[in-house]
Amino acid sequence: MTAAIEAHGLIKHFGKTKALDGIDLTVETGRVLGVLGPNGAGKTTAVRILATLLRPDGGTATVTGLDVVHQAKAVRRTIGLTGQFASVDEDLTGMQNLVMIGQLLDLTTAQAKIRARELLEEFDLTEAAGRLAKTYSGGMRRRLDLSASLIGRPAVVYLDEPTTGLDPAKRDDVWDMIRVLVKQGTTILLTTQYLEEADALANEITVIDHGKIIAHDTPQGLKRQTGGQTLEVRPTSVDSLPRIRELLIKFGTREPEQPAPDLLAVPVADESALTHLVAAVAAEKISVAELSLRLPSLDEVFYSLTGQKKKDDSKEAAA
Amino acid sequence: MIRDSFILAKRTVTKMFRNPEQFVDVTLQPILMTVIFVFIFGGAIAGSTGKYVEFALPGIIVQTIMFTSLTIGVNLNTDIQKGIFDRFRSLPIARSAPLFGAVLGDIVRHSIAITVTLVFGAIIGFEFNTPWWHTGLAIVVIIAFAVSLCWVSVLIGMLARSSGAVQGLSFLIVFPLTFASSTFVPASTLPTWMQGFVSINPVTHVIESMRGLLTGNTGVAGDTLTGQLLWVIASCVVLFAVFFPLAMWAYRRKI
Ligand SMILES: Nc1ncnc2c1ncn2[C@@H]1O[C@H](COP(=O)(O)OP(=O)(O)O)[C@@H](O)[C@H]1O
Ligand SMILES: [Mg+2]
Repeated sequence: MTAAIEAHGLIKHFGKTKALDGIDLTVETGRVLGVLGPNGAGKTTAVRILATLLRPDGGTATVTGLDVVHQAKAVRRTIGLTGQFASVDEDLTGMQNLVMIGQLLDLTTAQAKIRARELLEEFDLTEAAGRLAKTYSGGMRRRLDLSASLIGRPAVVYLDEPTTGLDPAKRDDVWDMIRVLVKQGTTILLTTQYLEEADALANEITVIDHGKIIAHDTPQGLKRQTGGQTLEVRPTSVDSLPRIRELLIKFGTREPEQPAPDLLAVPVADESALTHLVAAVAAEKISVAELSLRLPSLDEVFYSLTGQKKKDDSKEAAA
Repeated sequence: MIRDSFILAKRTVTKMFRNPEQFVDVTLQPILMTVIFVFIFGGAIAGSTGKYVEFALPGIIVQTIMFTSLTIGVNLNTDIQKGIFDRFRSLPIARSAPLFGAVLGDIVRHSIAITVTLVFGAIIGFEFNTPWWHTGLAIVVIIAFAVSLCWVSVLIGMLARSSGAVQGLSFLIVFPLTFASSTFVPASTLPTWMQGFVSINPVTHVIESMRGLLTGNTGVAGDTLTGQLLWVIASCVVLFAVFFPLAMWAYRRKI
């Protein structure tokens, strides 16, 4: 029994840029793989190859056992693609977009309409069904794009940065929709720039940068490797900073960092550090303006995995 | 493949009805051109508006179709930029279906433009002095020319970076072809140096064929209607033979 997605040694060069420099990916049927990496890491290139939109320069890949180069058409029958940028036709209505794709997938017009209504309902777009897609908000476009990729009930779905640029509430909506897909048994390859997203949705996470894999693990394993969560403390007065630093050294797994003049942060092994810190701060009557526990940012993940600070170029490009 | 092309052609047509600019291109614009040329310039150029409508209407149809047939490159370029082609390519359809769909859709747009102009022309006094099937043949001629010419636009659309550049380049080609022809004035009134170009410009022969088929007159001395039609057929064959393979090459390279 082969995996739903299997890629070996994928290589793709654009001129001098090694977009992919030997990538292996495996996703078992019904599982979710998160591909985590900064802008320019090669995520979209990998997705495009697996979706038959791009030919690899080297390596092989199969989707449900079908070769993406030599059996491209058969692969297209089993996949659904939601690209990084919504690829809906803005001059058609939501309904027209979906019906057209249904027809192209060999449904009759009547069947295509039924399926379109079903998906519009499921993605909360019924009211907007008759409106041109160009009047949709960013979140609605994403949902329309996602529904467009599900018309043919694909066994394998690619989601390329499905929540980048969405506000937190919209992001949660998209996450819920992805969870529904997972329940239905769909195999999903999801790319993202947020560890939090990969952690929330994926069974396994592959971290890539500059076209190379730099880590592959379960979310738990990866969090362990990268120092798990980060504890952040902002005291009311900067005079308390030295004492808080001492406490953080005690509860943290590494030397605390000072991301802002009045803020201290340290990776911690687990949630109990928060309880301990709260108790200590209360006992010593230190006044604290903000205290939070969060997953490390992508920059911090890279710092932990490679021991190198990422240059800020990738972050700028993302904006 | 054929069914997919028709589904995608329907997309072009639906978009036209949904998109006021594109709809105006094939309805209001030819009507306006007719009004401007016939009623404003007609008296000065031909002495009377009635005479001039007979002369100008075929040219206005050809001009409208020329401009419409070059929007295909702009539209394809925009579709690729916007990622709509990524969606098409992830579907199990023929690679060329979106392209042929766009061409088919444009034939519908051309037909609308031609019908609108002819009907409007008839209302303001255009007389069809030829058997009815000549009008049918005229429509076939102009659409055949448009379908041969559109590959130039497809090629530009595939090679240019932005849809703005496609538009600019297309105009650069269409403008001299349309105006250095007998669209608005008889070729014999043009400066001699220009007459040379006008007489080999395929657009002139398309217009003269249209005139011959719709009104019974041809403007370029010496050439019979059959002669004009042969010129048009030759132009279509050459345009198609040169630009269809180039356009398909550029399309396949990109898609
Ligand atoms: N069509 C292309 N032509 C040239 N360079 C490209 C092309 N597509 C991607 N690249 C380059 O390949 C690298 C990886 O890009 P991409 O796969 O889009 O990364 P990601 O999706 O992770 O942000 C980047 O350096 C990008 O500039
Ligand atoms: Mg990307």
